[in-house]
Amino acid sequence: MAGSVRVLRRRIKATRSTKKITKAMELVATSRIAKAQARVDASLPYANAITGVLTALASNTNAQHPLLVPRDPEHRAGVLLVTSDRGLCGGYNANAIRLAEQLIARLKSEGKQVALYVVGRKGISYYTFRGRELAGSWSGFSEQPRFEDARRVGETLIQAFVHGADDSLDGAGDDGVLGVDELHIVYTEFKSLMTQNASTKIFAPMQVEERAGNKGELLPAYDFEPNAEELLDALLPKYINTRIYAALLDSAASESASRRRAMKSATDNAETMIKSLTREMNSARQAAITQEISEIVGGVDALAAAGSE
Amino acid sequence: MAKLLQVELVAVEEKVWSGQAEMVIARTTEGELGVLPSHAPLLGQLANPGGVRIILPGGEEVAYEVFGGFLSVTTEGVTVLAETVASVAPAARH
Repeated sequence: MAGSVRVLRRRIKATRSTKKITKAMELVATSRIAKAQARVDASLPYANAITGVLTALASNTNAQHPLLVPRDPEHRAGVLLVTSDRGLCGGYNANAIRLAEQLIARLKSEGKQVALYVVGRKGISYYTFRGRELAGSWSGFSEQPRFEDARRVGETLIQAFVHGADDSLDGAGDDGVLGVDELHIVYTEFKSLMTQNASTKIFAPMQVEERAGNKGELLPAYDFEPNAEELLDALLPKYINTRIYAALLDSAASESASRRRAMKSATDNAETMIKSLTREMNSARQAAITQEISEIVGGVDALAAAGSE
Repeated sequence: MAKLLQVELVAVEEKVWSGQAEMVIARTTEGELGVLPSHAPLLGQLANPGGVRIILPGGEEVAYEVFGGFLSVTTEGVTVLAETVASVAPAARH
């Protein structure tokens, strides 16, 4: 019996140190959520301003740009999947990957080839383990993305989109590089601390809403410097980068929120486990004591009986 | 008191500066231009890197070095969009 008490004590100790680790990870994730949300807020003024500028530009000119025009037919689609670098975050990666798989299946059923771009070590290892080819991958910044990271991703994607312009169904066009005709992004939207949904968006070709001059309101006549076409040329890639950056930030916040939730339930589980193990250990110890007492009493009785004879 | 410009300088990762100013001087790809209150609406691509100076009501000025920037002048005010912004020390300017 004494042996089982020792085993139980060891298990309690192990569970307790696991609980310490998960608790620490929960606290870290909690502070990361706040930081990620602050960075989402900090990025909003720019996002709003660039959307405003682009809307103004689109409403004031008839300039066309490859990034704005849907291609017919669309042969290849690019999918950018945002996952995390580290695990222990509940269903965060599984949900994003599942949605990406659904999107890929849908695109394939429409007869399009799919080029997959992945951000985050978890997504990369998922696909390399299954021997699937990745058109591009980036990792190392899933929890704290910088704009620099978004720009690296964006440049590759825009390049691929530009290269896709002259491709035919059989292969690359005149430039010899296989590009894509549309770009989708799969990321995890941060709704609240409790709700994060994997969601998918299309970000090229883009739809820019033109501001209608409602109720006879006159739109300001803009001057353009240097001119509308060049401005559009310079602005659109930046706009895409901003969108990618926003998706990365949202995903980072979601990742931390998922991790916090996973670690919270792990901590709670550890607590219940410690409680039940402690009960078990106490009753085992008590049983051992009771047995010892009855053995002693039995021995005394036996001796007494032997002495009186 | 003359009218003032409502100026915002925003970088991708944060809002850098916002407030009222008398004039904004920025260098676009075409050349340097100054924006006073009631300027006509304008969209411009800034030089890379391009200096942006904001003249405050007291005559003081703040200066920034802007990378990958755009200038948007509307009836509401001036917005400078930038990928990254570096503050320039006043002494290094002249």
